[in-house]
Amino acid sequence: MRRFDYIRPASVPEAVAAGQHPGTAYLAAGTNLVDLMKGGVATPERVVDITRLPGLSAIERLPDGTTRVGALVRNSDLAHDPAFAKDYPMVAEALLAGASAQLRNAATVGGNLMQRTRCPYFTDAVSPCNKRAPGSGCAALGHATRIHAVQGWSAHCIATHPSDFCVPLAAFDAVVEIAGPDGDRAVPLTDFHRLPGDHPERETDLRPGELITALRLPPEAADFRAHARYLKVRDRTSYAFAVVSAAAALTLEGGRIGRARLALGGLALKPWRVAEAEAALAGQAPSPEAYAKAADAALAGAEPTGAANAFKIELARRVAVRALTQAAAGTPARIPALPASPFGIV
Amino acid sequence: MTIPLRLTLNGQPREIALDDPRVTLLDLLRERLGLTGAKKGCDRGQCGACTVLVDGRRINACLTLAASLDGAEILTIEGLAEGDRLHPVQAAFIAHDGFQCGFCTPGQIMSAVGLIREGQAGTDPERIREGMSGNLCRCGAYAGILEAVQDAAGRATEQREDAA
Repeated sequence: MRRFDYIRPASVPEAVAAGQHPGTAYLAAGTNLVDLMKGGVATPERVVDITRLPGLSAIERLPDGTTRVGALVRNSDLAHDPAFAKDYPMVAEALLAGASAQLRNAATVGGNLMQRTRCPYFTDAVSPCNKRAPGSGCAALGHATRIHAVQGWSAHCIATHPSDFCVPLAAFDAVVEIAGPDGDRAVPLTDFHRLPGDHPERETDLRPGELITALRLPPEAADFRAHARYLKVRDRTSYAFAVVSAAAALTLEGGRIGRARLALGGLALKPWRVAEAEAALAGQAPSPEAYAKAADAALAGAEPTGAANAFKIELARRVAVRALTQAAAGTPARIPALPASPFGIV
Repeated sequence: MTIPLRLTLNGQPREIALDDPRVTLLDLLRERLGLTGAKKGCDRGQCGACTVLVDGRRINACLTLAASLDGAEILTIEGLAEGDRLHPVQAAFIAHDGFQCGFCTPGQIMSAVGLIREGQAGTDPERIREGMSGNLCRCGAYAGILEAVQDAAGRATEQREDAA
C-alpha cells in the first residue's frame, strides 16, 4: 500500500477543508477503499478519516415525512432499523442482499454510494482502464465481459455499478446531501453517478473536497411499503454481486396499479430507471402482460458489449417481470431468510 | 509522526502509538500485539478468517485501518473464554465438530458470537447459513458449524428467557 498522510478532522467543515487537497480520499469504514489501496488501485496521498465526525450517524424522520439518513449510518443498522424497514422494506432487503454480515456492519450509507466498480480489469491494477488510468484504454472491451454493461456504456468503459442499495434508492427518488467548499447542496441519486461517456474517470457528480453528509428519501417512498420488492440474481445465493437485479414497487388502488417504480441493477454504471417503464404500468391491471411491457421499456436500447453478456438483456427482462410480480403479491411480513433471492420462499 | 490510539482490547485498556497509518486492525493484533487468533486468510475481506468484534459488532479486521479505531472496544478470540471456561460458542464448536483444520475457526466463532448478538437469525438454519456467509471454510465443516451455531443460539435464547 502506498504511503499516505492520515488526517482525522473533528468536524465536517474541517474535513471538507482537508479534502480539497488533490489526491485525497475520505475514509469511512474503508471496506472498499482499503481493499483498493491494498491492491494498488486506489493510491491516495492523503486519507481524511471521517469515521468519528459528529452529526452524520442519525436516522431521522423530518416533519414533512422525509427520511434523512446520515452518511455514516452503517448498512446493517439502517436495514434493521424497525421504522425504516417498515416503511422502506425494499431498501432494507437490498441492503441485506449485499456483501456479508461483517461488511454490512462496517460499511456506511455514504460509502455504499462511493463504492467502485468490480470490473476485474479495473481492480487488477495493471490492465488498461480508462477509469483507473484515463486514456489507457479499456481492456474489458473484447475480453471477458460476462458481468459488464448492456445499458449506457461507451467505447471507453463498459463497467457496471455494483451497489444493491442504490437500485431501490434510485427508484424512490433519493437525494444525496453534500457538503463542500462552496457550501451545501443536494443532488438526486439518479444524477449522482455518471455514465462513462468520454470520461469514465469521472464517476460521480462530486467536486473536489465535497463530502456526502446524508441521504434523503422523499415522503412518497413510504407509499409503496405494502408492494415493494428487491430481486437479485447472482452467481451464488449469498455474498456475491448482482449479475442483474431489480427494485419494483407499486401502489394498488381498486385492483389497478396506481403508481409504479422500477429500477434495474447490474446493467450500467448507475441504477437503470426508465420513466416509460413506470408509465406503462400506471393505471393497468397487474398482469404478466403489463409487467412484460414495462420490462421491455426498461430494456429499450440495451446493447451487449459482446456475445458474453447478451444473456443479461433477457435475464433483466425476466428479473424485472418477476420483481413486479412479487411486488404485486405484497411485501412479506419479514424479509426472507435469503434476502432478494429468486430461490427463497417468498 | 505517530498516531496515538486508545483501545479497550479484550477488556483491557491499551494505549498504542501507531507508527504507520497503513496498519490494519488485523496487522495491529497479529504483528504488534501478539494476538494471532484472528487469521489472515485472504486479507481482502472475502474469507472472514479475521473476524473480530468492534464495539460489539463483527467486522473484517483486515479491511479496517487501526488508526480509525481510536476509543473502540475490541474483542478477539483470545478474550472470549473466561479463564479455563470456554465461551458457549467455543464449547458448541467442539461439541458439534465445527472445524477440521481450524484455520477459519477463530473467525467462525467470532462471527457466530456476533450473529447471536445481532438477534436476527434465531435458530433458523437458513438464516444462520445466510448470516454466516461471510466466513469461508475450505475444509467444508459447514454442517458442524451450522449445528454449533444453532446449539449456541438456542442456549443464548434460553438464558435470556431464564433471566427475564
